[in-house]
Amino acid sequence: MNFSVNSPILFVIVGAVIVLVLAQSVFFLLRAMRRAKELGIKTGTVKKTIVSAAIFTVAPAFAVLVGVVALSKSLGIALPWLRLSVIGSITYETVAAGNALEAAGTGAGTTITDPSVYIAIAWVMTVGIAAGLVLVPFVTKKLQSGLAKVGLKDKKWSDILSNAMFLGMISAFLGYVFCDVGLIVKGDASGLIPVCVMIVSALAMAICGTLATKAKIRWLTDYALPISLVVGMASAIPFTALLGG
Amino acid sequence: MKKYNDHSYMDSVHRSGRIWGIAIGAVLLLFPTLLSLIFGTLPNFEVLIKGVVATAPMYWAVGIVEIFTYVPMLGAGGTYLSFITGNISNIKLPCAIDAMERAGVKASDEEGEVISTIAIAVSSIVTTLIIVAGVICIVPLTPLLESPVLEPAFDMILPALFGGLAVVFVSKNVKLSIAPIILMLILFIFVPALDSSTVGIMVPVGVLFTILVARILYKKGVL
Repeated sequence: MNFSVNSPILFVIVGAVIVLVLAQSVFFLLRAMRRAKELGIKTGTVKKTIVSAAIFTVAPAFAVLVGVVALSKSLGIALPWLRLSVIGSITYETVAAGNALEAAGTGAGTTITDPSVYIAIAWVMTVGIAAGLVLVPFVTKKLQSGLAKVGLKDKKWSDILSNAMFLGMISAFLGYVFCDVGLIVKGDASGLIPVCVMIVSALAMAICGTLATKAKIRWLTDYALPISLVVGMASAIPFTALLGG
Repeated sequence: MKKYNDHSYMDSVHRSGRIWGIAIGAVLLLFPTLLSLIFGTLPNFEVLIKGVVATAPMYWAVGIVEIFTYVPMLGAGGTYLSFITGNISNIKLPCAIDAMERAGVKASDEEGEVISTIAIAVSSIVTTLIIVAGVICIVPLTPLLESPVLEPAFDMILPALFGGLAVVFVSKNVKLSIAPIILMLILFIFVPALDSSTVGIMVPVGVLFTILVARILYKKGVL
């Protein structure tokens, strides 16, 4: 068959894989909802969880779409669509595709015309990220039951432990926000952009929290995270204009 | 709840998680093979080997560390879903943490497991559907997604996300937050090698350090 990066057959195959991945999510969703009922979790709580998870996801999903568009110039739409819907993260796929394109001696702007290069790139993007894919089915149960044992032994410590893990992750990303502030000694203020964005987002969250409790606008708590996310992202536009990107 | 039931739910999550994971993993590895059959050509081995050498060692190392870091936070169902659909630190995990926080359930309980699975499943479905819609409308959407005006907003998604999330978590755990935040600020500001490409490696460092601090504070009765 003649090759093109946007060959219809590619879309058919990728579409089928995406349907399979969607089926997995639906399967686990229904399973968990049934279990929630058995555990006596209120229907309202489950509904709120579903609605706010959906709303929260919209803005970051558009950022993923930006990655598809960026990669589509050299790889067509089908392969980036697959890679970014399954396991891929924007940071990884861009680097992996970049490495593979460099090995092929083409830049990010040139469309691949040689099927053997295209297939090699597909392999690189798949194999590079496969650690989780290969290992998760075999190690998850062991890791989870180890944690469950801690919970049985000391309930209070097990709660503190999970909080500590979340905080550890959050603190790493807070540190990352500050990674370029040092550039200011060289007269480059662009490192302050992420710091300002983070502060705006934090303020938005604090305001949502205060309004929700003090003014009793209860529904606000369900949307506080998506609101602070979008407000923070929007603030990046004037901050970048002001501080230089 | 009967004890028998409790066991059977978690066991069934692990069982079906494994089956789905292995099945989808096999399909993904089949994909490039299938392309070879369809287009009647083997991969260009020079590109393949150079690309894998440049990519795999670092991402496999990060990937293995990520498994040990994220699996305990995501819960069982959340893990099986997230490691297939990806975007863990920027979408799935914040979504699950926020959901458990609002529902008032603990990650260590089965209620937490269930809420986290629901949030991550919904988030995966929405992400996949938005990308499908985006692929269908890619022609009219491209100018918008590539517009230089919006570019900074998409670039700043992580600071915008973690600013809000930090307020919720730090305000509830002030004593435990101070040490890890100070450590990470110092590391990221003064070690030039730490940037967006290495933040993945610093997450487990932050997690282990915070657990250590938590253990000390707990033993001293501060927490």
